Amino acid sequence: MAKGSADRAAAGPWRLALRRLGHNRVALAFLALFVLIVVFVLAAPLWANDVAHTGPNETHTLEKINVNGEQRDVVDPSGKPIGPVWFGAGGKFFLGADSRLGRDEMVRLMYGGRTSLMISIAAALITTLLATVFGLLAAYYRGWVDPVISRSMDVLWAFPVLLIAIALGITLAVGGLQLGPIHISGGSLWIPILIIGVVSVPYMARPLRGEALSLREKEFVEAAIAQGAGAGRIMFGELLPNLWSTIIVFSTLNVANNLLLESALSFLGVGVQAPNASWGTMIATGQELITSAPLLTIIPGTMILLTVLSLNVFGDGLRDALDPRSKVRLEARAGVAEPEGTAV
Amino acid sequence: MLRFILRRLVGMVAVLFAVSVLTFLIFNVIPNSDPAQRMAGKRATPELVASITKEWGFDESLPQQYVTMMKKIFTGDVISYEGRENVDEKIAEGIPPTFSLCIGAAVLWMFFGILFGYLSAVRAGGWLDRVLTAVAVAGISIPVFWLAAILLNYLAYQAGIFPSYGYVALTADPLEWASHLFLPWVTLAILSIGFYSRVLRSSMLDVMNEDYVRTARAKGLSERRVMGRHVMRNSLIPIVTLFGLDFGALLGGAILIEAVFSLEGIGQYTAEALEHQDLPPIMAVTIFGAFFVVLFNALVDIAYAYLDPRIRLGESAQ
Repeated sequence: MAKGSADRAAAGPWRLALRRLGHNRVALAFLALFVLIVVFVLAAPLWANDVAHTGPNETHTLEKINVNGEQRDVVDPSGKPIGPVWFGAGGKFFLGADSRLGRDEMVRLMYGGRTSLMISIAAALITTLLATVFGLLAAYYRGWVDPVISRSMDVLWAFPVLLIAIALGITLAVGGLQLGPIHISGGSLWIPILIIGVVSVPYMARPLRGEALSLREKEFVEAAIAQGAGAGRIMFGELLPNLWSTIIVFSTLNVANNLLLESALSFLGVGVQAPNASWGTMIATGQELITSAPLLTIIPGTMILLTVLSLNVFGDGLRDALDPRSKVRLEARAGVAEPEGTAV
Repeated sequence: MLRFILRRLVGMVAVLFAVSVLTFLIFNVIPNSDPAQRMAGKRATPELVASITKEWGFDESLPQQYVTMMKKIFTGDVISYEGRENVDEKIAEGIPPTFSLCIGAAVLWMFFGILFGYLSAVRAGGWLDRVLTAVAVAGISIPVFWLAAILLNYLAYQAGIFPSYGYVALTADPLEWASHLFLPWVTLAILSIGFYSRVLRSSMLDVMNEDYVRTARAKGLSERRVMGRHVMRNSLIPIVTLFGLDFGALLGGAILIEAVFSLEGIGQYTAEALEHQDLPPIMAVTIFGAFFVVLFNALVDIAYAYLDPRIRLGESAQ
């Protein structure tokens, strides 16, 4: 025990956290799963060009393919797409075709995953940036700044997340968006990114503000002010470094929530717009054929489930590693801190 | 107490106003195109666009437009240009299925959320805790509409255990009502069950380490009494607060679930409007939904302050 604490005194907090994370096999296993999924979606162009020889939006409605020497319709006369042929056609239509349009399901799954993950991660970056800046400004200036920021967050918070995202999704999908000199057209991926990024801000800004406010009262901030440090130095040099661990945990879990929100929006037709694939739009397409071809629904949904699960479990592991207090309190009994407030 | 209620109601009115302004901005100002054109839907003719512009006053000043929009929504004067129906009437028709869905899901979610959270806290570290924690994490990671579609396919279309379509009024046939709503209830509740059991578990573990729990045990109270009287009562506080915040948010989930199960409620109406890019219904649902959430939160806060004096005292001390 004595040796252990001597080690601990020597190592920095980040190192300690990393070490704790290293002991959490479950969290690491799910991190590995997430990395695998990322590799899978990044390999999309390779698979599309070298194996399937088709793009994600290319239709093959009236074509026939040679499956193990047998000629088969990609879409049969009744409109039913071909099921999984695995390597029967040299990798073409590995998971079959997606709908009566006869697009390659596997290629769409990979490109769709790219789109879903890209939207979720980009939106999480926007949320994190805005929430951190708002939290720091509110905590540093207090006065009139804090109530203005907090009340604006309350108004956003008053809407059910999905409802406000839908409202923005439908109006922007129809009309597009003009941000100063930048025009974003209705079908652009930036629309779901911005919507998801903005509507999630209160869920991260509130806890960050709370933590920044309590840090603001600490002696080291007082000391920095006494040394003549300015606003920027206090916010970004003193407060921010102490918020990093919270920011990292929240943004990891935020990516998971964003994936669910993106899939819900796309499922309702106000997220990613046709013909682009995302896992959510693929479920929407697949659902129309669920009685005859249930795999077209099951596969993209399973990908969402696995990705969100891997991020949630890894995020929890990160939280335990970065904020071990919950474990110490319980004398090394399994500890779980409260999860992020979420509603989809 | 009266002072608290007054303060809370004034705050509520301010939020309602802000919410209505934000909705107005989302629909009429932020997007980059003619609002009348958007509202007219996919089959817009120049005459229709011109008449909408006049009806909604889109050629007038923004504050005037805001007043017109609110007046129309709250006097029941909004017409869908796609289906030609009165939007407020359609929403009123959708209330029974949507509330049946949300209330039933809330009952399931509170019951199982508390049960699972309690079991995993008292068995913290054991195998039951591990299993329940895994179930909870899976529950918050599932796309609910996807699960709904799969259950609908296998349990309704294929196995025929549950009806696959529509809503039956409770007053018409309670048994049919429940069997039509069973799968929607379960799928809508799953996310919250996972979330709440985790919150309750950590809150109970915190409370179990408090001194007064040790005191209760030390003075020889039975384990049952310690858990019931001391631990559970205090651990449920965050759950009740969250419930007030989250119940209104079920409306969002209801859109997805109703769309899958064709429940003929507000959610399905919204999903259909989205499919046709028919804006007036979505505008009305957005504002009514947000108003409902704000009102419900205010009521929960007041009830809560009545039950817990610390809250109203803390508030008036500020």
